Amino acid sequence: MSNVVPILKTQGITMRFGGITAVNNLSIEVNPGEIVALIGPNGAGKTTAFNMITGVYTPTEGRIIYCGKDITGMKPDQITKNGIARTFQNIRLFKKLSVLENILIARHLRLKSDFLSATLRLPQYRMEEKQMREKVDVLINEFGLSKYQHEVASSLPYGVQRRLEIARALATEPSLLLLDEPAAGMNPKETEELTHFIRDIKERYNLTVFLIEHHMELVMEISERIYVLDFGETIAKGTANEIQNNPKVIEAYLGVEEDA
Amino acid sequence: MKKQDKILTIILIAGLFVFILSADLFFDSYIKRVLNLCAIYTILALSMNLINGFTGLFSLGHAGFMAIGAYVVGIFTVPVEMRSMVFYLKPMHPLIANIELPFFAALILGGLLAALVAFLIGAPVLRLRDDYLAIATLGFSEIIRIIITNAQSITNGSLGIKNIPPTANIWWIFGTAFVTIVFIILLISSSYGRAFKAIREDEIAAEAMGINLFNHKVLSFIIGAFFAGIGGGLYGALLGTVDPKNFLFVLTYNFLLIIVLGGMGSVSGTIISAFIVTAGQEWLRFLDEPLSIGSFDIPLFRPGFRMVVFSILLMLIVLFYRNGLMGTKELNWDMLKRIGSKFSFKRPKGGEAK
Amino acid sequence: MSSTTLQHLANGVSLGSLYALVAIGYTMVYGILRMINFAHGDIFMMAAYFAFFGIATFRVPWPFAFIGVILATALLGMLVERSAYRPLRDAPKNSILISAIGVSFLLENLANYLFSGKPKAFPEITFFANTVVIGGVSIQVITFFIPAVTMIILAILLYIINRTKLGMAMRAVSKDYETAMVMGIDINKVIAATFAIGSGLAAMGAIMWGIKYPQVQPMMGVMPGLKCFIAAVIGGIGNIKGAVIGGFILGLGEILLVAKLSSLTGYRDAFAFILLILILIFRPTGILGEKTTEKV
Ligand SMILES: Nc1ncnc2c1ncn2[C@@H]1O[C@H](COP(=O)(O)OP(=O)(O)OP(=O)(O)O)[C@@H](O)[C@H]1O
Ligand SMILES: [Mg+2]
Repeated sequence: MSNVVPILKTQGITMRFGGITAVNNLSIEVNPGEIVALIGPNGAGKTTAFNMITGVYTPTEGRIIYCGKDITGMKPDQITKNGIARTFQNIRLFKKLSVLENILIARHLRLKSDFLSATLRLPQYRMEEKQMREKVDVLINEFGLSKYQHEVASSLPYGVQRRLEIARALATEPSLLLLDEPAAGMNPKETEELTHFIRDIKERYNLTVFLIEHHMELVMEISERIYVLDFGETIAKGTANEIQNNPKVIEAYLGVEEDA
Repeated sequence: MKKQDKILTIILIAGLFVFILSADLFFDSYIKRVLNLCAIYTILALSMNLINGFTGLFSLGHAGFMAIGAYVVGIFTVPVEMRSMVFYLKPMHPLIANIELPFFAALILGGLLAALVAFLIGAPVLRLRDDYLAIATLGFSEIIRIIITNAQSITNGSLGIKNIPPTANIWWIFGTAFVTIVFIILLISSSYGRAFKAIREDEIAAEAMGINLFNHKVLSFIIGAFFAGIGGGLYGALLGTVDPKNFLFVLTYNFLLIIVLGGMGSVSGTIISAFIVTAGQEWLRFLDEPLSIGSFDIPLFRPGFRMVVFSILLMLIVLFYRNGLMGTKELNWDMLKRIGSKFSFKRPKGGEAK
Repeated sequence: MSSTTLQHLANGVSLGSLYALVAIGYTMVYGILRMINFAHGDIFMMAAYFAFFGIATFRVPWPFAFIGVILATALLGMLVERSAYRPLRDAPKNSILISAIGVSFLLENLANYLFSGKPKAFPEITFFANTVVIGGVSIQVITFFIPAVTMIILAILLYIINRTKLGMAMRAVSKDYETAMVMGIDINKVIAATFAIGSGLAAMGAIMWGIKYPQVQPMMGVMPGLKCFIAAVIGGIGNIKGAVIGGFILGLGEILLVAKLSSLTGYRDAFAFILLILILIFRPTGILGEKTTEKV
């Protein structure tokens, strides 16, 4: 175990907003090829942790290491270029653009032609655009989005929007995929399907997956390891079994229910 | 594009060519001037729409970029021998006093200079959001104007530059407008254009997709400023005289009105609206003249009424018709055919069969 | 201190106070709606016309005229909010911005149309035109009157904001719009009150501006409007004390620039913008503003 180099490692990252500490001293490790989950009650700081990893926020303290490289303080676009892609808890598609455009945009980061060759449609750009479209076509088919490809994103059914967001993230060619509550708003059957789907794309695209989720069936079924946050503190980590029987975790979740 | 549509497009372009030719030959100079203004405003509004409508940056600096283009054309195309007459208060700076450029070179230089200034301004202001960006660009537009007013030996200060040769005829102007339109359409339908739209839709998602926000914003800003400079150059040459008062930031509101009416994020909407608004402002001049029927003076009509009507129009669009004519859609042949078939009595043959 | 320096200081302080009064309106609206009220400068201009007509045309004694002008301008501000901003409250931010620009454009054109574009001379009010001699320089009463009024207003305003129910509601709305709504605060009333107060202050600014710089014309609100917005940003937008500090920095800075570096007089209006850009680069939250991070 210890001789595996983790693909992602955070060293005591902390995020403070004015007075509140959203995440405190979080240290996690995700190894290549794993599916790891981050769980915790509402407001525990899970999304904040994702935002730090993807560069949306710069941690107040601590370091983030990706593939042995310190990415703390890098801009989100650089981090994506390095191979971390994500989805958002409150779906952030390009609402007025078509499904096709949404995914094409995610391939822009690999474009080599400059704007002038692109505008003047010089041969190199034409070739790149052609390859871009081919790759996107493959994704669209694999994700069952072909019948929607010319529709605007906001007009899609909710479940399809979630799928599109994952497809879009994959179009950036990541090694590490972060999913923020991918099953939010889904019924048990859809959640079940999503569970298989995540496993499936993980294998097919050779990914490492780090996900936040409230649906425990999903979490327990697919995660190899789980981290639990509560009020920004890491209260537990371990396998599904260990977590399910951890009294601190049970207390944290029950405590929240009492409040609500 | 379908083959039939390609043919239609070619016919349309040929038709426009014939129209300009006949306009050039048969129309009187007033109408030609209005048409030219419409085309120049198309360039200016389109370039502003690239920044505001397609990239979602709320910039109000267009009058400033336009001023740069207009002044470069003014400074470098006035014949050397006439300069002492134009710069009668303070002679032109010796470094440039003897440089005279052909119109085309001056036009491009104006565009490039505007782009350069946009690049320099962009670094600090494009990190700002929405209304801060608006006020900062507006501020820069005014700073440009203030510098122009004070740089007497280069710009002739508040006296302005007169005797700019009237090179910009209808061919120049419509030709440039055509090139601008084609360039912008190609740009926004390229991968870069998609990146611009992504930024407009959601900056955080765009950044998460690996788009460098700052670089792309600067790019859009520079290209927009370049065409604003070109538009300004044509404007200066059309008027024959430029003066700092021509480029007050309220001028930018005109372009804003055009793109809001046409649709933020629509090329065809902008073109249509540039013609409607510009021609409308000309042909509604009667609103500024006192009007009487018999001996009864209609009280509303007097100087200033026209602009009141236009500002009310802007308000009505924003309040009740927020997407303007086209929203982010484009006019295309399918849409035109659909509209056409609504108005014709005979159903077009084979139109439905496919 | 030389007598001219004293003169400049007095002028700077009084200009700064004027800026502060108008800047408060920007800052209050921004605090609550997170928008630049582009029309604020033009509301200021309308107030100057109201004062002109009240005193010069209808010959209302000035203290009454002032009260009437302040009330009328407060109404105008509420009307603008009601008709042009409220319908767009849930629209994309750019729409409200365009609407605000539209109102500004409309008020300018309306003034030009109704009152003609020709500048009008603001009537002289003997009381303010009197001069007092201090340290060998004669200074007009108005030059003292302006800062005094500003300080009194500021005290009253801070009292309202910190001590009254309305003020509490305002602070709640500006802190967290949604929560305030859930807590049962009547948002519309709070916003209307904000516009009324902001516009009323702009009216006071306009009246005193008219007395000090006696000329009224349709575009007179544009530059002061922009500068006061800049003052609000310098102080930290959303913060009332900040707006006052920003106003003073700008007013004093401008006067001293013109006085000490007279070769730069032509660049006087650029000074504010350059200051704006510097502050936005180096301290975007302004002097008293707090840093916030957008939630993702
Ligand atoms: N930009 C911000 N500014 C201020 N506070 C923030 C910001 N982002 C998050 N917070 C606060 O940090 C805490 C953690 O929020 P976060 O969104 O990370 O929780 P979460 O675990 O993802 O919860 P949920 O399950 O509801 O999505 C919350 O109290 C939240 O209000
Ligand atoms: Mg969350």
